[in-house]
Amino acid sequence: MKAKHQRLVLGLLALGAVAGAAGLALSALEDQAAFFYAPGDVAGKPVPTDKAVRLGGMVAANSIVRQPDGVSIAFVVTDGKANVPVAFRGVAPDLFKEGSGVVAEGKFNPDGSFTADNLLAKHDERYMPPQVAGKMHKTETLDK
Amino acid sequence: MIAEAGLAALWLAAAFALVQLMVAWGAAKHGANPNVGTLMTALRRIALVQGLLALLSFALLIALFVRSDMSVELVAANSHSLKPLIYKVSGAWGNHEGSMLLWVTVLAVAGAGVAAFERRLAAGTLAATLGAQAAIGLGFYAFLAFASNPFVRLNPAAPDGQGLNPLLQDPGLAFHPPTLYLGYVGLSVAFSFAVGALVMRDVGPAFAKAMRPWVLGAWIFLTIGITAGSYWAYYELGWGGWWFWDPVENASLMPWLAATALLHSVTVLATRDGLRAWTLMLALVAFAMSMLGTFLVRSGILVSVHAFAVDPTRGTFILALLGIYIGGALALFGARVGTVTQGSTFQLVSREGALVLNNLLLTVILGVVFIGTLYPLAAQAAGVQLSIGAPFFNKALVPVALALVVATAAGPLLRWRRDNWNALAKRALVPTAAAGLAFALLFALARGAHFTSVVAIALSVGLAAASVAPVARRNLRRTPLHVWGMVIAHLGVATSIAGMAADSAFKVERLAAIQVGQNVTVGPFRVTLAEIRPQIGPNWSALEARLQVRRGESKMFELLPQQRFFSTPPTTTNEAAITTLLDGQLYTILGQGDDQGRWQIRLWWKPFVTFIWLGGGLIALGGLLALIGRVRRERRDAETEAYS
Repeated sequence: MKAKHQRLVLGLLALGAVAGAAGLALSALEDQAAFFYAPGDVAGKPVPTDKAVRLGGMVAANSIVRQPDGVSIAFVVTDGKANVPVAFRGVAPDLFKEGSGVVAEGKFNPDGSFTADNLLAKHDERYMPPQVAGKMHKTETLDK
Repeated sequence: MIAEAGLAALWLAAAFALVQLMVAWGAAKHGANPNVGTLMTALRRIALVQGLLALLSFALLIALFVRSDMSVELVAANSHSLKPLIYKVSGAWGNHEGSMLLWVTVLAVAGAGVAAFERRLAAGTLAATLGAQAAIGLGFYAFLAFASNPFVRLNPAAPDGQGLNPLLQDPGLAFHPPTLYLGYVGLSVAFSFAVGALVMRDVGPAFAKAMRPWVLGAWIFLTIGITAGSYWAYYELGWGGWWFWDPVENASLMPWLAATALLHSVTVLATRDGLRAWTLMLALVAFAMSMLGTFLVRSGILVSVHAFAVDPTRGTFILALLGIYIGGALALFGARVGTVTQGSTFQLVSREGALVLNNLLLTVILGVVFIGTLYPLAAQAAGVQLSIGAPFFNKALVPVALALVVATAAGPLLRWRRDNWNALAKRALVPTAAAGLAFALLFALARGAHFTSVVAIALSVGLAAASVAPVARRNLRRTPLHVWGMVIAHLGVATSIAGMAADSAFKVERLAAIQVGQNVTVGPFRVTLAEIRPQIGPNWSALEARLQVRRGESKMFELLPQQRFFSTPPTTTNEAAITTLLDGQLYTILGQGDDQGRWQIRLWWKPFVTFIWLGGGLIALGGLLALIGRVRRERRDAETEAYS
């Protein structure tokens, strides 16, 4: 192969790789476009029940109910516009309490309730996307 | 006085960087002049002094932390007089200003290292390289002096400090940032070499050989930093996971991916004189990723465990530096790439071809991580709020990563310059058979396991078999050290991937609320809650569970997970208790108690999860062996040249 041709082939391959990366990323992004929900976003609308999403808002006052098994809780997430009942089985983070912000990771059920398999509390040691913190900030001001 | 002396040393270092830039300019311009030797000697000395002054400034900052000088704002905000000594020292870089001073110190010391040890490059190229290094330094000195001065006094002095974030009070994390910074800054040297070579139109094997040890060194530190960071998140955050796709984690992964590609392409350039333009491009991209990492972590644009500084002016400042350096370097690249002549060529089926494939796959992974990390920020700027998590990265990256495993296995089996498919097929017979056998065994024995995990484990077995091929049937003692390095690093990749796949396929989780005296089972273990008791530490108090664990009929052992309460600043943390066995780890967490006297206990049995970090350690070890081997061989070559 001539040097010039080889350069061309390698250049095309590199271009293909970049296009491939963008393609992969975009196809995966399509699923993620609606990944984060606030209760107000889903009120009165059909909810996706087939994929893992995040639900963010405040834990409604007096809504946490411990289940008899000792490891499950039920509570309500609110953003001032709508409420979503959430069921969670696991160790809740230390900062999880009524009146504070929470992000639940899990799936919606057909009846509009939410089953969480992970909870992120505000200022939890775990990472929280800034836009989530932003949404919580908004809901906090709505409450006041 | 110490704080003022530190600030003075910092300013002096900046002044020397400015002089270094100007002298380098002159030396590069008159590279052909026989009298340039004097100028070069001066340039080397200036770079050395600049490094020493920066080091002095950083040492003085550490002294302030060790003495708990609360009249310095930074110490008062990030330290406490009762802290153990090691955390007083690490407190010096466990904050924004201190870590930026560490950054610039490592940068200046690395420049001094180039000045002291680099004998291979033409005078003009070396001058241009030191000039580029000084120019990068100047930007960061300006950043420190104008936007984040670590030596600001507090008047009146605070009675005592506010303490360090308890999550950072961990020996692993105390040394995590310096490790990553050594990696980042090592890539800055590679960048400077590339700029020097572009300025002087001197791209060839000599430049690649000069750059390679720095790339290797940076890559080793990045590997260690990422591995240690992953293990820290695993045992300290108590969530049982080892990678969260946190933008801050990605900020260290992106330079690593670029450095890995660069490491392989620079080898092609150094030994075969191929991939000239591509190697230059990667050197620019790798440092761009380091700068981007610094920007993401230190600008306050992210809210994350590692990103404490929230100050938009600083973000703008780093972004401006990023724009100037990377934009300038890309412009230089665009202007000069036409003059970079074609190196030697090769067939597509060859070692070079496999390395190109490896580079392309790494580039794809880098591209996906880049998009996944920055897209939410861009979308937010456009007013759209969205969140990208693990599902995105797993979906996009797992297939590419598995293809990369195959390419990694194939590379060392191929000959340089030209080879053919038949020969490759013959040499790949044993690895392919090993992978096939592993797949069949797993498929038959572990029926419930996820298919992707089974494929990943089988491929890693094949990669392990292919990795040892270069030393099989060879005189082991006469095999060069850098070949051993490659073998061990590739074995490390196989080990890590097997660990990741085994953890996701075979982990068992158990969550229960039990009273003292009751027990639960997880995997092969029976765990009894023997006691809940209080514990007191130097600056925390805790509730501790005494768990008695028995596996089958074997001897009983105890695990002591805690819930810790810190008073300055008030925080609760979960201290997991983990036991490491030959075939995996048992991970235990103590949750909350309820009014019936029950305690939440969370247990994970994670078979072979330790392989993830063991593999990381092997990769770093392989890099170290390659570095020692390369440096020794080049020193020997230089001596032979001198005598001949």
